[in-house]
Amino acid sequence: MNWLKNFVRPKLQKLVGGGKDIPENLWHKCPECTQMIFHRDLDKNLHVCHHCGHHMRISAQKRLEMLFDDGAFQKVEAAPTVEDPLKFRDRRKYTDRLKESRTKTGNNDALIVAHGKISGIGVVVAALDFSFMGGSMGVAVGEGLLTAARLAVVQDSALIVVPSSGGARMQEGIYSLMQLPRSIIAVEEVRDAGLPYIVILADPTTGGVSASFAMLGDIAIAEPGAVIGFAGARVIEQTIRETLPEGFQRSEYLYEHGMVDMVVHRAELRDALGRVLSLLKNQTPAAHVLPMLDADAKGTGGVPNIHNPGKPDKG
Amino acid sequence: MHSYLDFEKPIAELEGKIEELRHLTGSAEINIAEEVSKLQGKIDKLLVQAYSKLTPWQKTQVARHHDRPHALEYVTALIDDFTPLAGDRQFAEDSAVIGGLGRFKGNSVVVLGHEKGSGTEGRLKHNFGMARPEGYRKAQRLMMLADRFALPVITLIDTPGAYPGVDAEARGQAEAIARSIETCVGLRVPIVSVIIGEGGSGGAMALAAANTILMQEHAIYSVISPEGCASILWRDSEKNEDAANALKLTADDLLELGVIDKIISEPIGGAHRNKQAAIATVGTTIEDALAELSGIDGSILKTRRREKFLEMGSKGLS
Repeated sequence: MNWLKNFVRPKLQKLVGGGKDIPENLWHKCPECTQMIFHRDLDKNLHVCHHCGHHMRISAQKRLEMLFDDGAFQKVEAAPTVEDPLKFRDRRKYTDRLKESRTKTGNNDALIVAHGKISGIGVVVAALDFSFMGGSMGVAVGEGLLTAARLAVVQDSALIVVPSSGGARMQEGIYSLMQLPRSIIAVEEVRDAGLPYIVILADPTTGGVSASFAMLGDIAIAEPGAVIGFAGARVIEQTIRETLPEGFQRSEYLYEHGMVDMVVHRAELRDALGRVLSLLKNQTPAAHVLPMLDADAKGTGGVPNIHNPGKPDKG
Repeated sequence: MHSYLDFEKPIAELEGKIEELRHLTGSAEINIAEEVSKLQGKIDKLLVQAYSKLTPWQKTQVARHHDRPHALEYVTALIDDFTPLAGDRQFAEDSAVIGGLGRFKGNSVVVLGHEKGSGTEGRLKHNFGMARPEGYRKAQRLMMLADRFALPVITLIDTPGAYPGVDAEARGQAEAIARSIETCVGLRVPIVSVIIGEGGSGGAMALAAANTILMQEHAIYSVISPEGCASILWRDSEKNEDAANALKLTADDLLELGVIDKIISEPIGGAHRNKQAAIATVGTTIEDALAELSGIDGSILKTRRREKFLEMGSKGLS
């Protein structure tokens, strides 16, 4: 093999005038059906496998791009928080893990907050990035949620949160547990202002994140096949010493058990959100529906009976 | 008969000797009494020594000690006219969370607690203090009741965590915990929580978003058990001690981090060695905490509680 790789391939490349670096990872393997997918197809299909419909995990950045109108949004930075409050060290230092995740993702922590428009309606979106330490919630994520909530209140807009997280960040110990009430209080501020709080449950939403802000949406939307639950499947298996039922803790399972309002394909998320937002905020439709011709109406001569065209009827 | 922890071996030996002496029958009773009191003095000294510098892992074991007073024992001793209330009105009664109305130092209160149960039968009945959604929903119901009738709430925290089971997940364990925290946070009555043993993760947090959070000297409070943390972060279930150290789960650490408001001291050798005294001290500390909160307007109580938890995470260990 080495001979093929080190000798034959360079020779062939020279012959065809190659030598250009061919980017790696042109093909992705679907973790569900193991089919190969070309990267451009994958992007076009919003990282949903076109063979089996599996919704792959995506970065917070991609999530924002696909939710906002025309992919346009403005990011908001949360105030800095105490880094490594417990001076935590397991096999590695927590600060090293943080540094590594920052380099890998280009983000400061696991939550990205942005504002922009969805179906023309102003919203604040906070999305968790699973690739940043499993999307785990520490003080910085709590701070981000609070920032997002307060921005929504100031802008009089809805708050949309997209969790994708294994749970609390163990490296911040008790402080990560304290983010459960903290994030709930953030959500309460949005509720108190009479604004909608919508959650899009993405794979995975478990542990302390599911046991706090993630399960408290006014409207709960789940992506197909996402793992959503409190306890990890392995822990449950060890406790009950049985294999778990098919589809356990998946979106569809939660839907059947009355835990989410709807399961929505990624490609339809933006429309679903737009519809819900518009209905909750009771915005009048973009155009007025003309009433049917009323043959018995006197004096209208067949002209539609329109009162004050252009002004919404006030009840 | 005590059950002894690993680090209590020398104490166990001495207490064994006393037992032996007591079983000796003879005429020299006075001498035995003298000897016993001498040994007892030695034991007390050893206990003070051992318990003044317990490691986080040793505290974990003390916090989980089978003989440690459980929630029901506190309720029996501290609450008059205790009237247990049952059920979540939706699915079932969950004995892992106990609760009801009662009179604490003369005043009506709602009391809630995780109950681990005693003896094999008791532990099974109370599911080792691991609640299902029904437990947290019952807690919500009782807290709302307290809110309606302007009664202070006392919660006693002692749980390894929420029950990890298929049925619990099917009925929305995560939502039940989240909603319970939300209910705590929104109350317009005083709520005082005491961590009396094991404050295990979300299951503990569900009842602990309080105005005042008290914690016994040898109790623990953590986002995950040392065992769970060791197996996930160290990938080695033998690293419990390291995990316990790293998690900062002791009362001293949590006071420094601003997570709890006060440490309640325990009798020599831990709450399990003198339950009565331990329970009485907890009682007077709760009384003081409630006195401080009494007369404060409901909306101010709620605002202060919110502000308290919004601050969580602003301090680090020096």
